[in-house]
Amino acid sequence: MNLQTAHDPSRTSFYVNDALYDDVIASFTNWQRDDLAVTDPVERDLFRRLLEEEARLLDNDRLEDWLKLFAAECVYWVPATVTGGDPRREVAISFDDRRRMEDRVYRLRTGFAWSQKPKSRTVRLVSNVEVFRTGQDNVRMVRANFQICEFRGVETRYLPGWAGYRYVERNGRWEIQTRQINLLECDQCIRNPSIVI
Amino acid sequence: MLDKTHATPGFNGPGYDYDYLVQDDRVHQSLYTDPAIFTAEMTHIFGAVWVYLAHESQIPKNDDFITARLGLRPIIVLRDSDGVIRALYNRCTHRGTTLCRLEKGSAHVFRCPYHGWTFNNTGKLRNVPWPDGYATDFKDSKFNVAQVPRVESYRGFIFGTLNLDAPSLSDYLGPVKGPIDEWLDRHPGGKVAICEANRLNYRGNWKLAYDNSCDGYHVVFSHRSLLDMENRLVDEADKGMSFYKGKPDQAPMYMKYFGHGHHYKDKRPNMEIKPGAMWAIEGPHPGMEHYEAELRRRLGSRADEALDLASSEPVNINVFPNFSILGNHIQVFEPLSVNETNAVWYGTAVVDDEGIWGDSLPLINALRMRTQEGFPNFGEVDDLANFEEIQRGLGAFEDEWVYMHRGMDIPGRITTDEHGVIKAPATDEMFMREYIKEWKRLMQTEPNIQIKREP
Repeated sequence: MNLQTAHDPSRTSFYVNDALYDDVIASFTNWQRDDLAVTDPVERDLFRRLLEEEARLLDNDRLEDWLKLFAAECVYWVPATVTGGDPRREVAISFDDRRRMEDRVYRLRTGFAWSQKPKSRTVRLVSNVEVFRTGQDNVRMVRANFQICEFRGVETRYLPGWAGYRYVERNGRWEIQTRQINLLECDQCIRNPSIVI
Repeated sequence: MLDKTHATPGFNGPGYDYDYLVQDDRVHQSLYTDPAIFTAEMTHIFGAVWVYLAHESQIPKNDDFITARLGLRPIIVLRDSDGVIRALYNRCTHRGTTLCRLEKGSAHVFRCPYHGWTFNNTGKLRNVPWPDGYATDFKDSKFNVAQVPRVESYRGFIFGTLNLDAPSLSDYLGPVKGPIDEWLDRHPGGKVAICEANRLNYRGNWKLAYDNSCDGYHVVFSHRSLLDMENRLVDEADKGMSFYKGKPDQAPMYMKYFGHGHHYKDKRPNMEIKPGAMWAIEGPHPGMEHYEAELRRRLGSRADEALDLASSEPVNINVFPNFSILGNHIQVFEPLSVNETNAVWYGTAVVDDEGIWGDSLPLINALRMRTQEGFPNFGEVDDLANFEEIQRGLGAFEDEWVYMHRGMDIPGRITTDEHGVIKAPATDEMFMREYIKEWKRLMQTEPNIQIKREP
């Protein structure tokens, strides 16, 4: 992937190309391997802290700050199937690039996103954090289970699942390059999926 | 001023006075809230007319199956071992257990998980465990799985009806076949394949979605956040459904009512007739600049046509009661109860058996998948929120009426051609008034419902 981007990924989407799709699919295949698991508690805690920080930003509606956790050229992927599949051949619940993530935040900020008026209140539980090495020193894969407790209107509902993250270290900072959210109910009909899941 | 109200539609004795509940300009709130009306709809609507079940591309090979619903009835739509498309009741003839719990797959027999009765995929009973414990002749057809007696396809779309008196599927569809044909024929080979779906659920009556499916009045209000979002990076707002801004009724787009509850919104006349016109109004989508550049490099002057295939076609083709073609989606409405509905937005992919697009086909589809995720994510969620709020508002049940009279009684506004097709401006509620008349006729008619079993 071209990290020295010639285009502003907030304005144009040149980086979502076959190479990116191939890379995303490959990196999210067969990655949760015991032999790659990081056992160092310091490193595990580093990524646990990053996930907890992200959950806090989302729960506190700090969406602009949430966007800053990501690499410039990033992907937020919510598959519509248990296996994920190839997003070039299947629609996903969402497959956002940076511009679409910013679109998503922009829409929620317009004041006219009726599905979020009133806004949901959420608390996100993150647990079972595991870190996996990859072939590259500056890339880690992280798995965590989550439960989003979402109150809207008169009731609270629960969206459980597990998340896969591909973190890339750049200038001493770990950035999210791909965030794959696997809802337990990914292939079922979901009511009002309008928050950042 | 005080209104005398009829909060309970059964006020005039047993049964329902549908002539009171459905009036020329308005309908009673109970159409959306009364569980008894919903129960009657499962017979008088979903039992009486052709209901969309599945697409042939979902069961491409013999023995393939997919589970579906006909109203509330659990159905297995399959291609049997001889290639015949059938819609079996997903119900063991022994104790009523569902035979198939998977959403899709391939099977030449279905064995009931409860007591092991086994059926061919024609529905015929194959065997039961320990038959010597029965004094019964299992050759009796009553032990074969029930099935929808009439299953027909129109160009890949599989419909079924329980009503032996219903017209043929082709006659039922009637003139709405025209827009369906045009929609299919813009694709290579005149066909598409169904892929995964954006699957949504809302706490509201199913008709709220059908009421909305041709509604041009809500667009700039319900979808304001979407319109703002997809135009935020351009100087002049022309992306997506921007043509609804200003004076939409003076725009060349129009709606038509075709009879049998089917209606149609054609927004294509708003655009220039030229390759690339659909692509030009697409809002931002992941990968669009890369794939556009790559398709232009590979295809030169043919690229605009390819990009249009990745674009959402600005039409709404609505087939009563549960099927809509919207953009490139196949939307299916699944009623679950009087106040809960699934709205499944199946994506569609371009198939190219003749290789017209060669190795550019995967690029077209890669783009088309992303364009299709836009509306369910940023548009439909707001409509569904509004449907839920209608359902909540109707809980104020003494306020009886829901209005659908926009465009009514204005001379020259609505025209009817020699085939009975009715045409109106884009924001009219004409289509609601017309389809609900058909709904009323069906609710007042006793359908000739039968189920079939293999002999």
